[in-house]
Amino acid sequence: MEQARLIPIHIMGTTYEVPDTLTILKAMEYAGFQLVRGCGCRGGICGACGTVYRFPNSHKIEIGLACQTLVQPDMYLAQLPFFPAKRSVFDKKTVQASVATFQALYPELFKCVSCNTCTKSCPMEIEVMDYVNAIMRGDIKKAAELSFDCIMCGLCTSRCPAEISHYNAAILARRLYGRFLAPRAKHLHKQVEAVTNGQYTGPIMQLMEMDRGQLKKLYVEREVEPNMADEMWEPQSKEHLLGVS
Amino acid sequence: MPYTPELKELIKKVEATRPERVRRKREGYEFPEMSLEERTELLRAHHPDHKAGSRRPIRIGVNKGYEISPEIVDLLEARSRVRPDLVDLMNPAYETDVLVVGGGGAGASAALMARKEGARVIITTKLRMGDANTMMAEGGIQAASKGEKDSPYYHYLDVIGGGHFENVPELVEALVMDAPETMAWLENLGCMFTKFPDGRLQSMHGGGTSRKRMHFASDITGAEIMRTLRDEVKNYPDDIRIVEFSSAVELVLSEHGECAGAVVFNHETEEYQVIKAKAVVMATGGSGRLHVQNFMTTNHYGATGDGLVMGYRAGVELSFLHTVQFHPTGAVFPEQLEGLLLTEKFRGIGANIVNVHGEQFVFEREPRDVEAAAFIRECAERGNGVPVPGGRSGVWVDSPMIDDLLGEGTVEREFLGKLKVYRRHDIDISKEPMLVYPTLHYQNGGLNIDAYCQTSVPGFYAAGEVAGGIHGENRLMGNSLLDVCVFGKRAGKHAARYATSEAKDGKLSLEHVKKYNEEIDREGVRTDRVSPMLLPDYSNPDVRKRQLSKDYCGTVGLKETYS
Repeated sequence: MEQARLIPIHIMGTTYEVPDTLTILKAMEYAGFQLVRGCGCRGGICGACGTVYRFPNSHKIEIGLACQTLVQPDMYLAQLPFFPAKRSVFDKKTVQASVATFQALYPELFKCVSCNTCTKSCPMEIEVMDYVNAIMRGDIKKAAELSFDCIMCGLCTSRCPAEISHYNAAILARRLYGRFLAPRAKHLHKQVEAVTNGQYTGPIMQLMEMDRGQLKKLYVEREVEPNMADEMWEPQSKEHLLGVS
Repeated sequence: MPYTPELKELIKKVEATRPERVRRKREGYEFPEMSLEERTELLRAHHPDHKAGSRRPIRIGVNKGYEISPEIVDLLEARSRVRPDLVDLMNPAYETDVLVVGGGGAGASAALMARKEGARVIITTKLRMGDANTMMAEGGIQAASKGEKDSPYYHYLDVIGGGHFENVPELVEALVMDAPETMAWLENLGCMFTKFPDGRLQSMHGGGTSRKRMHFASDITGAEIMRTLRDEVKNYPDDIRIVEFSSAVELVLSEHGECAGAVVFNHETEEYQVIKAKAVVMATGGSGRLHVQNFMTTNHYGATGDGLVMGYRAGVELSFLHTVQFHPTGAVFPEQLEGLLLTEKFRGIGANIVNVHGEQFVFEREPRDVEAAAFIRECAERGNGVPVPGGRSGVWVDSPMIDDLLGEGTVEREFLGKLKVYRRHDIDISKEPMLVYPTLHYQNGGLNIDAYCQTSVPGFYAAGEVAGGIHGENRLMGNSLLDVCVFGKRAGKHAARYATSEAKDGKLSLEHVKKYNEEIDREGVRTDRVSPMLLPDYSNPDVRKRQLSKDYCGTVGLKETYS
């Protein structure tokens, strides 16, 4: 591997020399920080390490996840591990997958000024403003799909002139979609019923009482669904399956 | 960084064998699976569990003599972070019915169910609510949901076979029988699982499954489940209080020997406080950040095995900690992604594993321990590893063949998260394969529980990765997301029932911690270590050396005098 070069970065205004191969997160640790806030999965999915930075003489505010963004010379950075957001409580029994829900719970969404700063602030490249628009149009499915990769880091919310808590509205949209709009998994509910009715209790009891030798035999001989089999595949043996006693 | 010219040259060897491998797979031909005997032999010779020096007997406590990873033994043979007589047990900072320790999938599930049973709940968690390995699980969640081809019976066989037939039967039963209901629960909470247009859940294989029963939400299944559970928890602010950046460090017992709360450490004010509770659910997760045998890890920053230490000091037995799960496919290139989990879904959907010559050497869907050991053998013994800049070696996951098998755009659709991560380093995983090596992934064992998540201490429950026995000596993919939900729910329900009926009020006590400290001295264990560890230390050792006043407390005096 090529030798890492030391470059200056400015953590909250203080200058440190760090290897240029590091992410912002690892560079902060290299500089001597023991992180408590601003560090989570270290793999770009938990949203703990939202970071804002700028370069000298540039007006542009850049954003990134500290665990995913490589350091660059002279970046002036600060982590934003927490930003207050609004999270409205809803009643699961009465809530509906409609625009009225958002009008009631997050009325500020409708004051969006279409500046698109939220989208520009998203480290996951989500079209944040587009999903806000989708909610306003009552297209909850679209909002759910557009926001699916959201890690709820809050960078969008930190920069919104209309003071919208985008990510909490987005997860509401996804939950409403998943609960009310997406087609239900009927086969799943049939299986729940079969378990509840005790259909599998006997066979499982038998397995629980078997010795290792018997279990091994069954394990080795069990029929394995081929990887390339399509959704219609059924095993030769219908033993211990739904509707077969 | 993109692949080096040397690696690009080696990728050509993978491309050369790809058309033939795709053709054979289409025709239903797979690389032969190992027999049980071959598996056993391979594990003995090449799995890190069996390496000399990989285990050391515990010298104190209820499992005295049990040999497990030295990194865990070190924590068990350490003193408490607090001197018990300095803790103010008379004035708890909070009081509640059920205290849940840990804000991951198991903790959130437990809190929701405990609330449903009518209990007041506090969740105390080291970092933020939802900062947990659950968030990072990618591939899927198993459940025998398709009655025409699958049932809990076959799920049971797969689980116990994968666990080397050592699993606790009652726990396996709970896992597989609760699975369909748990999936329905998650669907009802609004999880966006990937479905066919008619609502049928899509499903695929994982290593060691006999039926395609792994359900998923694109390639961020864990994140989808975790953020939904977290959102649901936050929907009941009056009943469930969340205390963040507050790590539990000891259990508190009552004078009757029942669990009665915990001592917690506020990471920001650095004060220790007592939370009094009628029942406690331990849901602290795993211990990848202990870096057993210096392996890299896929785990969350806070995964330091705290619950094992607290439970063990209170007298709860540990089991199955003699095996550690290595995930076969941790990224080894580019360096910035080192240790990053590449979901097993890549192999489940059909990507081959190939060596430096572009040749297959193992069936891609062996159970995880077998698959990992095969990679290590290929690199270490057979010398067929791909040399990685920096001195490591690895093997290829042939991701581009997924598009060849299932159509252009499949990688982008099914693995969008990973595609984006690699794209930041100028690698297109739909065109170029990924370099991997086994990485520390899962704590197979932990605190002993029964099927109601009850431990041997009344009022003390455990759920999720901190508990042991469900997965025996090796967990299958997709059973961990299931585990945290199934056992989290069970723990919450039974802890709440206990709290609202059986729990007795009594004087709080840390006598068990005192006794444990005394046993350390009596057994002649010399240690200046305190545990739980709470956070790993990745700060620069050179900087640490210059932190000369670390042992001082502000301007007041030596830390010794107050801790």
